[in-house]
Parts: sequence; structure tokens; C-alpha cells
Amino acid sequence: MTLIATQSLTKTYGGRVTALADLTVAVEPGIIGLVGANGAGKSTLIKILLGLIAPTSGQVSVLGIDPTADPAAVRNRVGYMPEHDCLPPDLSAAELVTHLGRMSGLPRTAARERASEALRHVGLYEERYRPVGGYSTGMKQRVKLAQALVHDPDLLLLDEPTNGLDPAGRDAMLALVHRIGTEFGISVLVCSHLLGEVERICDTLIAIDGGRLLRADNISAMTSATDVLAVEVSEGTEELAARLAELKLPVARDGRLLLVPLADDGTYDLILGAVAELDLPLHRLGQRRHRVAELFATRELTHA
Amino acid sequence: MPEPSTAAVRPTPTGVIHDIGYQRYEGPRLGRRQVFGALYLHGLRTAFGFGRSAKAKIFPWLVVGIVTLVAAALAAIRSQIGEPVATYAQFADAMSWLVIFFVAVVAPELVSRDLRSGVLPLYFSRPLPRADYALAKLLALVTALWLLLGGPQLLMFLGAAFTTKQGMRGVWNELLDLLPGLLYAGLWAVVFASVGLLVASLTGKRAFAAGGVVAVFLMTTPIVGVLSILPSRAANELAGLASPSTLVQGVGIWSLGDLLVEGDPGEMMIGGFGPVYALAAVLLVVGATALLLARYRKVAS
Repeated sequence: MTLIATQSLTKTYGGRVTALADLTVAVEPGIIGLVGANGAGKSTLIKILLGLIAPTSGQVSVLGIDPTADPAAVRNRVGYMPEHDCLPPDLSAAELVTHLGRMSGLPRTAARERASEALRHVGLYEERYRPVGGYSTGMKQRVKLAQALVHDPDLLLLDEPTNGLDPAGRDAMLALVHRIGTEFGISVLVCSHLLGEVERICDTLIAIDGGRLLRADNISAMTSATDVLAVEVSEGTEELAARLAELKLPVARDGRLLLVPLADDGTYDLILGAVAELDLPLHRLGQRRHRVAELFATRELTHA
Repeated sequence: MPEPSTAAVRPTPTGVIHDIGYQRYEGPRLGRRQVFGALYLHGLRTAFGFGRSAKAKIFPWLVVGIVTLVAAALAAIRSQIGEPVATYAQFADAMSWLVIFFVAVVAPELVSRDLRSGVLPLYFSRPLPRADYALAKLLALVTALWLLLGGPQLLMFLGAAFTTKQGMRGVWNELLDLLPGLLYAGLWAVVFASVGLLVASLTGKRAFAAGGVVAVFLMTTPIVGVLSILPSRAANELAGLASPSTLVQGVGIWSLGDLLVEGDPGEMMIGGFGPVYALAAVLLVVGATALLLARYRKVAS
């Protein structure tokens, strides 16, 4: 089943500002990263998916439902975590999440139970009875996530969940999102302007810029084809490069590293053999994953 | 014979936390009507400070205390002198200042707080339609105001019913007096709630909202004062239209007659313009509600 599909989706504000331009994308369930600079149209896309704003033109479907035609049906099965501060400071997390659970149609008892479950899953225990006003940013982000989770959605839309968090908080939040996507069986669309952040946890990546689609693909498809082996020897780098070239391996230099495209497991043997033959002190031999950012960088260069 | 206990065979582990992992929710999901009901009840509880801090309870209960005290005093005096001091409708009129202050405190509590904290996107990303949010809050405020006036009226009724010397007939007559009084209280509630909530929904700052509500209800009374001393009979009789309180009183005079003014037509004259007052009240309520809904179509999108 297709999780989210858009067809020539366009949104212009007042006929002048283009937030989304002719966006066509289809993704499967899983953890989806939506990356783009600030103002690239990420929040606009999320709001269209929720049926909060109507697209200027084009089609959209979420979990097989058209949010422009039946927003209530979509929102029933979707949890949304907004980017900005949205928590009343004088309520406790438990009260707020319970109330919002009821607003999603949970009966009273179920709402209370699911609220404490959701808060427990995001890592809030005794604190949940204290007013939210006294929480740290990290705890507030967790409450926002819990309220999106309380009604057991099939899809979570997270708008910049790591905003304002310190590095440790970011890692914890990303680990949590990853857990939700893998262990809870809930698909997640996580939005970020930091590519390095989402690529660690996503199955699929959608990159948009200026409202246009840069690339949407499976993250393994993006990286596996270009995996390279990095070889580092303490001395004799030149000799090794020459020897590998003789073995018909396309070698590239990157500072002190030799980069060899990884064809299959045989590549390892060839390199090890060459190193042993030359009797060089091997410092490092390992797979170097191309970071997705590099893919976009080269792509943009070829377009330029 | 008792069953062999498994605990005897295997010692029960204590102090172990079992992470049962995430569980999908398979239970029922309620429809729009029940969600509306839940939001309405939540609003009604909020109006009286239930489920809120002690500070939020002070003012609503102060007002409730005063109106109840007044009603109890009226009932007590009446049982002593055997004459009603004030009719049910007159009681509602006399309490109008307190109603205004109650609205000024509760309306911001119901809507401005949500605007301020930015919680609305969390509501609007749920199935509940935007109009339902606004209407549930409005209905909660109407009910709260009606309870504020109707509760003490009921107290007065009970006082009169238990001290009447005419038996069941006296109770019946008293009931016939109470019912128009409750309806009149309902009119106060609808007019003040719709206008007050609209004003409060315009700002997220509670102090501004409260000030705005008081201003709309009280600053308009001087206009009534000026109009009612103009040298034109029609202007005098239509003067009450300029302020919500006098508008409600005008409708009361027209529909209840001597239940509200008892013989002495006194200070407020509406002449033959009663239906105009009624129409104006309906238009005011409908207009304010329409504007409230329009406000919530736009806000936080």
C-alpha cells in the first residue's frame, strides 16, 4: 500500500509565494525523512497532508484517503507533532494528553490509559503529573510526541522534532522516532532541515527545495550503489595505488586514503592481497558509506 | 480442595518492571457527537475551575457564592414577610453586573488560553471540525451562565415552595413564576455568552480579553443614557438597543411584562418597540455566533 502519494501538488499563497511546485512523490510505509532548507515547503506539505490547507492544484492521498475530500478520516489515523510550542503551561502532561486523546475519540478510561502509556513510551514517568510550564525543552518535545501517539495512529507527521534540543537530546529523540517506526509498527514522516540527522533513521528520503522535489528514494538505493572501500596504509600509499591500478581497480585518492569502489566481497581479497604482497603496514580497511549529502551535492553540480 | 498455587511452585518475582512494549489500540473510537460532548463538558468544568488550579477556582466560585447568598437572603426574607421581594426575572436583572464579571473571567479562560498557548493546531489536526470547537465552547459558556442564574432561582423557588401556605396550589403557582424566570436567565446567558466569547476569541492575552468583555458590556451603557434623555420619544424607547444589558431587559419587559417591572413602568420604557428588541437580540446572538465561527475558520491554520 502506498503511504503518501502526491500528483503535481502545487500550493501558492496569494498567487505569488510558491510553497510547493508540481510535487509528485509516492512513498511506502516506513520511516520517511522529509528534508529541505527552512522555507522549502515542508510544513506546507504536512498541512496539506492533514487537510488543514487545500492545495492550489494537484492530487494528494494519505493512507489511501484524500485529505481534501475527507480530512476527518485522515486525521483519525494520523498523529501530528507541530514544530512550534503548543503546550498550555498550566496543565500537566497527563491531563493534556488525556484530553487530546478524548478529542481523538477515545472513551474516557481508554484515553487515560493510553495517555500514560504514550507518556511512558516517550520516557516521561513521574514528571507527567507536574505542570508542563516547568518542563525542559526536551521534555516538552516528548509531550508533543506523546500527544501525537495517544490515539494509536497509523502515521505520525513530525515537524522538526529535534528543534531546540542539545546533541544528546537530538540523539534520544531520533532513537525514539526510530523505535516508533520499527518496533511500534507506525509509519513516520519526520521533517528536518538537517539531512545528517534524518538519514540515520530513515528508510526513505524525500528532499525538497523551494517547493520542488530534489529526490525521493529508498535510502539504501541511494547509498548502496556507491559504497566504497577506504584503504589507509601508514607508508607506501603510492606503491599500493600503482599495484591496485595494475589489478584493474579504479583507485581514487582522498588525502591519505585510497578509495576503491566496492564491487563484491572479492574486492576485499584483492586489496588485502596487494597489501600483503607489498608488505605494507595496513592502518585501516573499511567500507565508507557515501553520506547522502554528497549524493545531493553531486546531483546539484551536474544540474548546474 | 484448593488449587495448587503457582506462586508456591515458582517464587513470584518482586520489583520487576515488565516492558510490555507498544500496544495497538483496538477499542472503540467515538464519533463526532461524543467528541463534541466531551469538549463541551470539559469547557463547562473549566468555567467553574474544575480540573484547574486553585487560583482559577477563586473568581467563579466567588461569584457563585454571592448570587447564591443573595438568593438565599431573598428566600429567607420572603418566608418571614410572606411577600416576594423580587421576582425571578428581577433577580436575574439585579445580578447582571456579576454576570458580566463572570463572563469577563470565564470567556478568556475558555478561549484566550488556547490561543495563547498555541494548542489549537493540536485540536485542528484531530477529526473534530473547527466549528465544533467554537460551538462547544460557546455552549459551555451559555450553560455556565444559565446555571449561575438558574441555580439561585431554583433555590428561591425551593424556599418559596416549602414555606407556602397554600399547599400544592401555591407550589404550582410558584412554579409558573419560576419557569419564565429560568427562560429569562437563559436569554441573559445566550446573549452574554455569544458576545463575550466573540470578544475573548480575538486575543490570546487574558487581561485584554477580560478588559474587552467588560468594555463591550459597560462602555455601551453611557450611550443608552444619552439616548434616553434625548428630546425624542422614539429615541428614548429605542435607547436600550445600544447595550446588551438593556437589550436583554427590553426583551424581558416586552415578553414578561409585570413579572419584570410590576406595575411601575419606571425607568425603562420601550413603548411599542418590544418586537424590535426581540429581533435585535436574535440578530445579536446570530451575528456574534457567525463572527465567532468565521474567526475559527481562519485562526491557527
